[in-house]
Amino acid sequence: MLSLLVLLPLLGIIILNLPLGHVMRRSAFVFAFGLFLIQIALAIFHYPGLLSSRLYVVKTFFNADFAFDHLSFIVLLSIGIVSLTSLVVGRYTIQNDNDRFNFINLLIIASIGMCGVVMVRDIFSLYVFLEVTAVSAFILIAFEKQKPALEGAFKYILMSAIATIMMLSAIALILLATGGMSFDTIRQAIFSSSNSFIVKLAVGLFVCGLFIKGGLVPFHGWLPDAYSQAPAAVSVLLAGIITKVSGIYTLIRLVTAVFGFTEGIKGALLLIGIVSMLFGAFAALTQNNFKRMLAYSSISQVGYIIAGLGTGVALGVIGAIFHFFNHAIFKSLLFVNAAAVEKQTGTIDMDKLGGLSERMPVTGATSLIGFLSTSGIPPLAGFWSKLMIIIALWMSGHRAYAVIAILTSVLTLAYLLTMQRKVFFGKLADSFKNIKEVEAGFAAAAIVLALLTIGVGVFFPLVFNFYLKAFIR
Amino acid sequence: MILDKLLLISVVFAALWTVMTRSLLKAALGLAVTSALIAVILFRLDSPLAGVFELSVCAGLITAVFVSAISLMKPLTHKETIALSRARIKKYWPLPIIISAVILIFSASTVPTSIRVLPEAMEQNVQNVLWNSRSLDLFGQIVIVLAGVFGTVILFRESNKKP
Repeated sequence: MLSLLVLLPLLGIIILNLPLGHVMRRSAFVFAFGLFLIQIALAIFHYPGLLSSRLYVVKTFFNADFAFDHLSFIVLLSIGIVSLTSLVVGRYTIQNDNDRFNFINLLIIASIGMCGVVMVRDIFSLYVFLEVTAVSAFILIAFEKQKPALEGAFKYILMSAIATIMMLSAIALILLATGGMSFDTIRQAIFSSSNSFIVKLAVGLFVCGLFIKGGLVPFHGWLPDAYSQAPAAVSVLLAGIITKVSGIYTLIRLVTAVFGFTEGIKGALLLIGIVSMLFGAFAALTQNNFKRMLAYSSISQVGYIIAGLGTGVALGVIGAIFHFFNHAIFKSLLFVNAAAVEKQTGTIDMDKLGGLSERMPVTGATSLIGFLSTSGIPPLAGFWSKLMIIIALWMSGHRAYAVIAILTSVLTLAYLLTMQRKVFFGKLADSFKNIKEVEAGFAAAAIVLALLTIGVGVFFPLVFNFYLKAFIR
Repeated sequence: MILDKLLLISVVFAALWTVMTRSLLKAALGLAVTSALIAVILFRLDSPLAGVFELSVCAGLITAVFVSAISLMKPLTHKETIALSRARIKKYWPLPIIISAVILIFSASTVPTSIRVLPEAMEQNVQNVLWNSRSLDLFGQIVIVLAGVFGTVILFRESNKKP
């Protein structure tokens, strides 16, 4: 049954590309929309305890150890929601039919890669699916063949290749030291020979590779270019989920289930997390480009996730996973807003914009919700996840880091408030007097994401009891 | 053991030459030599199938694709070649030092001298490995090839629209 999450999209691509003239090309959007809805439904129906265990006895198509747990549920749900959002944004921002068709195919391939990453329990299969995701991401970034986008894609390829070399070397060393590649075998071997130099080197190389994939400081060089130069729909996908699944989810999964919380790993995670948090926030303050500012903001927010994980305590890990989901939603929302602004005004230079709320009330209002949640303002979703991370930092004895996390939240509020003021508030420029709100479907994507942000925040006790508490067990 | 060490050193030199040479054609050939040497090492490690794949795909097929692509490109002028050569040396001079340092670190560490071949891998033939043990990886490879096809179509196809 779990295999359907990767088999259905592949089947979808094959059907979409059948030589049936323009029929499939015209219906590609509806087809992909349905496919992602099924993906979300499959993720939800597999939630442990939601359906009877009968689903689990259905033999998987592959003879592979696909697995599904609470963490997989949250990540697969995030993949479904963000992919669907990216699809909707692509429908309104990619004008050419052929380009849109190719975009949909690559989006589905990226989704296969991400679902595979989430469900495998073997380190080499994990690498293969990371590559599926990365290859589709390179092409998606360079999609419009403009020089800046090609440059962004090239930087991503280069950094990703370095990460690949590190991870492949680590896999080879792990195989050498442990004799197997499944998560269970590696975990047992690591715990029985935790002082081995080869094991330490392999874990270090793999974690560094994931830091590059996740765009964490000091491995972040590729991220602002890739996020800001990619087409609007691709920026949503990259910032919302691809980087998170490739770097952050994999890190959470491997540290919690395979490598374990050694002092070295905890120290490295905390340091990289706090540095990323601060650097991203300061860099975001100085940006004039809307998407570039959001890219640096992503580095900062991912820093929170890594710092939460680095505490090594249950509350910190839960906070990190919860912030993972929240960030996927509110950062996608802000990128959808940036896409709407770019489409209607033709620019994302914040110095040239202003007063857009008057003409684009939905975009302005949803952007306000996105920025308040990112800054950790109660009762929105971002507040709760940040609160959990800060409390975990304090309780685990890293009080200075907790204070830095609080101060970074203030910085986040400062740069996002500046963005909101420059883009949506103030006097509307004469050149924008005739612009209109985006199409209903486009605006609906932003509304749904905004409602999710509000809903998860307001109903936090329910979310905690039903979904997050399970991690403690 | 001496032959293995010689092969490993040759791989490092071939890889260095591939990166540092100023001619694209020589770089492609350097890559082919590197792959061929790796294939020999794989044969010596009792992994003939991996050796055959390395030789046929990396040393053979990929080199052919690179050389065909390079033959379509405009050659550089003498001035450009010299400038490129200088820039390359400036950019990559730390590479031999880094490689030497890595070799030194590894020689000093406790890397097993004889590589252990996994018993289960020895017992299975390629068909079993690909279709049973690693079927998921094969599926992943198919999807990567599919992504590559879309990439080629999107990035390298000339637009039909006239300017």
